[in-house]
Amino acid sequence: MRFLLIEDNQALANAVIERLSLDSHIVDHAANLTTAWDYTATAEYDLILLDIMLPDGDGRSFLEQHRSAKSRTPVIVLTARSEVSDRVGILDLGADDYMVKPIDFSELEARCRAVLRRQTGAAQNTIHFGEIEFDSLAATLKVNGTEVKLRTKELRLFEVFINAPNQIFPKSQLLDRLFSYDVEASENAIEVYVGRLRKHLIGSNVSITTVRGLGYKLECQ
Amino acid sequence: MLLLSAAGIAILLYVVVQSVAEQIAQESQDNILAASAISILDSARVVEGDISIDLPYSSLSMLDSVTDERAFYAIRLNDEFLSGYPDLPRIAATNDATAFQSTTYLGEDIRIASTWRSFSTLEGQAYLEISVAQTLTGLNQSIARISRISLAIGFGFFLLSMVVAMVIAQSTIRPLHRLTGSVSRRGPSDLRPVAAPVPTEMAPLVTSLNSLMTRLQKSLSRSEDFIAEAAHRVRTPMAIVRTQAEVTLRRVEKEEHRQAVREMIRAVDESSRTAGQLLDHAMVSFRTDDLARETIQLDDLIVDTVNRLHPISELRDVEIKTHKLTRTKIQGDPILVQNAIQNVLDNAVKYTDADTKITVMLDQSDGYAQIRVQDEGRGFDDTEIDQLLQRFERGKNADGIVGSGLGLTIVDDIMRAHGGRITLSNNVGEGACVTLSFPL
Repeated sequence: MRFLLIEDNQALANAVIERLSLDSHIVDHAANLTTAWDYTATAEYDLILLDIMLPDGDGRSFLEQHRSAKSRTPVIVLTARSEVSDRVGILDLGADDYMVKPIDFSELEARCRAVLRRQTGAAQNTIHFGEIEFDSLAATLKVNGTEVKLRTKELRLFEVFINAPNQIFPKSQLLDRLFSYDVEASENAIEVYVGRLRKHLIGSNVSITTVRGLGYKLECQ
Repeated sequence: MLLLSAAGIAILLYVVVQSVAEQIAQESQDNILAASAISILDSARVVEGDISIDLPYSSLSMLDSVTDERAFYAIRLNDEFLSGYPDLPRIAATNDATAFQSTTYLGEDIRIASTWRSFSTLEGQAYLEISVAQTLTGLNQSIARISRISLAIGFGFFLLSMVVAMVIAQSTIRPLHRLTGSVSRRGPSDLRPVAAPVPTEMAPLVTSLNSLMTRLQKSLSRSEDFIAEAAHRVRTPMAIVRTQAEVTLRRVEKEEHRQAVREMIRAVDESSRTAGQLLDHAMVSFRTDDLARETIQLDDLIVDTVNRLHPISELRDVEIKTHKLTRTKIQGDPILVQNAIQNVLDNAVKYTDADTKITVMLDQSDGYAQIRVQDEGRGFDDTEIDQLLQRFERGKNADGIVGSGLGLTIVDDIMRAHGGRITLSNNVGEGACVTLSFPL
């Protein structure tokens, strides 16, 4: 996905860009509102991440103008203010969602997905690989044309694999992407979910294979 | 107070009028009596060495000309009674001046005037004493009349001053009432200057009230800004640490290092959550002090809050379901009510296990709107169920889950402020049940 990050703190912006690119997202960074308007005028974004306190104005004024310009790009506000009254105001101004810093990136990912799913008429986001079709927003997987129901964790695990086919993912990395940090989870859980996905993939030429000592990868025979 | 002083003034007025009237009446009677006595005395002549008195008709007629008073007289020469009423009381003679006295005679109140003169007769110096008396019936009647009139005047004054005082008080108090109304009708955050029209006498009060409002507004917004700024200052570096930690976690391979980084992330989450709840706690105390009362569509608010939690519950593979939400309206502060519901749901999502379900229900019973949040988690420990609402108190079975111990305290405060309550219980099967009851 392509993000526009509007954030004046350079250190935080760098960290967020680095973190998002680890999941192969593309991020443009605007440190103030003026740059942000330049970016939105020239490029299309899937999502805008907006800080509220900016050097040349309030993020809220960006929201208002963004909405009155009838732009469809969803905005998730990243705010350092956690007061409930602030949060309510942000949603009233037309933000699609908000998160209070520090950001939990798995939560951000979940919120992005929810926001994009909500947006009616969003472009189809289908990935074809071998004999399977995957739509991460609609959360549907078609194996040989038959639709398979995925539970949340299975969906998220499969998403990791299909976004980088043939790449080897160590169990520990999958664990971090699947579970939030405040829950104790063991690598056995990954084995359980990989097992479930393998069952769903039976009957197609796509499979998740174990690379001994390294991890798992998705491949097509 | 006003009543008392008006009554006091009226009584004083009555007493003064009464005594002045009495005095004037007395003086005029005395003058007539003296004139009568002197005219008798003037008619006394020394004829051939004897004193001859020709009692003038006018001297006594002037006494009963005005009223129907009875008149008496006595003429004495050298203490020897000559003519008139012999037993008319005598008053002690002083010098040449006329003396007056009030006394009783023949069972009636009388006023006596006596006057003296010395004559030279053949037997030597002779003292002629003339006493004239008059009954007081008429005088008393006229004094009573004056007294009635002065009573009426006093009472009239009292009534008039009451009416005037009422009118003045009303016209003074009415703008004050208007001012009170316009100040007390305000919401908790409404610190605009008072615009109610007031008389010029009250302008300084309004001016100083408005300047207090301005100062309060300034100090409030300064402390709000300060809190927001402090939160911003703390949260941004925490966000940097957390993000960098997530990036690092992707890069390090050794399990012990990875474990250390995970601990780091968990610590950041915990401090951020505590900071958030401390702010919330302060906000709740501030808002409950002067609770806003708006109509809240409770079922809609629940749906909104649940929707907002969906991404987080999905992350944990926990399903939040609403079940039989009765259309319900309550009165309260929507921000606080939402905060309470969100805290309860946050807890449920946190403490329940993956692949379980949280059910939110809303119904009405016994005059209360009841929100029930049931989970399939580990439930509350029965022995500590009462302590969980206290500040920084966490359940024994909360190990390994990030939390500040303030969540339920905040909910409890919010519920109390709305005249409702939070009830913790365990389901018959498994899991906990939190009930929020709002009065309808």
